[in-house]
Amino acid sequence: MSSAAPPVLYLDGVSVVFDGFRALNDLSLVVDPGELRAVIGPNGAGKTTMMDVITGKTRPTSGTVRFGDHDLTQLDEAAIANLGIGRKFQKPTVFDALTVFENLELALKAPRGPVACLRWMLTGEARRRIEATLEEIGLAARARDRAGVLSHGQRQWLEIGMLLMQDPELLLVDEPVAGMTDQETEHTATLLRRIAEGGRSVVVVEHDLEFVRALGRKVTVLHEGSVLSEGPIDQVQNDPRVIEVYLGR
Amino acid sequence: MSVTTTTTAAHPALPAARVGLRAVILGALLLLALLPILNRLPPDSALHVSDFAVSVTGKWICYAILALAIDLIWGYAGILSLGHGAFFALGGYAIGMHLMRLIGDRGVYGHPVLPDFMVFLGWRELPWYWWGFDHFAFAFAMALLVPGALAAVVGYLAFRSRITGVYFSIITQAMTYALMLAFFRNDMGFGGNNGFTDFKELLGLPLHTPEARAALFYASLAGLAGALWLCRRVAGSKLGRVLVAIRDAESRVRFLGYDVTAHKLFVFVLSAMLAGLAGALYVPQVGIINPGEFSPGNSIEAVIWVAVGGRGTLVGAALGAFSVNALKTWLTSVAPDLWLFVLGGLFIAVTLFLPRGLAGLFRRREP
Repeated sequence: MSSAAPPVLYLDGVSVVFDGFRALNDLSLVVDPGELRAVIGPNGAGKTTMMDVITGKTRPTSGTVRFGDHDLTQLDEAAIANLGIGRKFQKPTVFDALTVFENLELALKAPRGPVACLRWMLTGEARRRIEATLEEIGLAARARDRAGVLSHGQRQWLEIGMLLMQDPELLLVDEPVAGMTDQETEHTATLLRRIAEGGRSVVVVEHDLEFVRALGRKVTVLHEGSVLSEGPIDQVQNDPRVIEVYLGR
Repeated sequence: MSVTTTTTAAHPALPAARVGLRAVILGALLLLALLPILNRLPPDSALHVSDFAVSVTGKWICYAILALAIDLIWGYAGILSLGHGAFFALGGYAIGMHLMRLIGDRGVYGHPVLPDFMVFLGWRELPWYWWGFDHFAFAFAMALLVPGALAAVVGYLAFRSRITGVYFSIITQAMTYALMLAFFRNDMGFGGNNGFTDFKELLGLPLHTPEARAALFYASLAGLAGALWLCRRVAGSKLGRVLVAIRDAESRVRFLGYDVTAHKLFVFVLSAMLAGLAGALYVPQVGIINPGEFSPGNSIEAVIWVAVGGRGTLVGAALGAFSVNALKTWLTSVAPDLWLFVLGGLFIAVTLFLPRGLAGLFRRREP
């Protein structure tokens, strides 16, 4: 499993302290190119804070956060997004007033200044990319509908589609299957696996162990802001420390 | 059939009704363009339009441009400015300075260079910031650039610090109030509380003549048509969709890699310049500009026009400016004490019963 390629994401000794509370405590995490990683942990384990640190929403108190050659602790959200890190939030936030097509168009990698947006014309190439993504996320038939009328599961897929339009190297996906039906959950697992097979790295934060099992990849367990255990799901599930703090209650 | 429309339409979201709307806009503009012509008919003709009707409609056209400017930022980007009257007034002052310079030695004191109020204050020479205003092109450029520059500074400081919502509204309200107090001071060099008036001519055309009235009317109408085209161009572009996205989920737009500050600033400056244009067209028609134009109430009233007409619809904003001001003109002549109560009641009624304003009566889809 050890690859020669340098890691996409490298976190080492990261701590975040809010008013004396250590949300992250000496956390280390390494994600390789094309890897699909699940991160689990009880509430308050620091999963969302970890995402916030990677995307520039929260500055770490100490530690190293690198994406390829870039030091992420020095950049803001927009700069990090433009480097190639896409984030899907826990609560799906698609733009309700815009159509599915328009949501993807906004996310499409293109010049993002106000004048460039004013002069933007939808080229055949851009249209093909949007249509390909519509197919991939299974929303081709809903392209002209406003995002506000989509079901919960469809909104989650649209948001994943928006991440794909940004052509990111690394996708951070926060609780993608919360509130989904079994069928939708299965579809989502397939979608994420396919994305990783396409060469992108994906980090999925999730509570749902069935879903993590369906992904069938390496799992990192967080507890009180640091890594408690790491490995295949069966190994992690049998780790006595994990059973004690998380699974065995 | 739906397959062909998906592949041929420029944009899947573009409603087919847009073509109809374009025809309605064109028709309305042409109808307005008839007024100065009907004004020339003999007074006993059934189609005769009075001088008063032409001049008051000319004013409303300027208000409609101001309403468009407000709707562009409020309806699309969700930025509620309660100080747009300041940009309107600054545009008016810029053209007013030109009109004052054109008076020349025809003032009461007969000074060849200085306007009356400067002679009265005992000033010896023209302050440096009055230089250049004897040229129309310079004054007209300033009517756009000064509001634009003020909006750039205020907007940059506020948007960079992520000041949004009601806090931004309060700042803009304070901005127009501060400017009002400043312009009231005689030593500012803008005529103090009397402002500028007693204008003689513009571009060689003596004001107070039917020809000048018609020319200013058509200039305003062209301004409205241009502003409407520009705002619709912005709203229909990807920039317009970015603005709607910022309005609904600002931080999400940031995570998509857009510089939200730059987008807000761009549209805020554009809007301030449109408001300046409206003021520059307004002042020659009413023949006066004074610090009262900066009063916070004016800015709030303009926001009500937009709310009544329909926020985020552009055409509705212009319609709101016309209809609220028509109501005001009529009501202030029959029952002047009632106007503020009616205005307040109108705002409440529209919020409760017509959340999408007058335009909502005609259209199903929100922007």
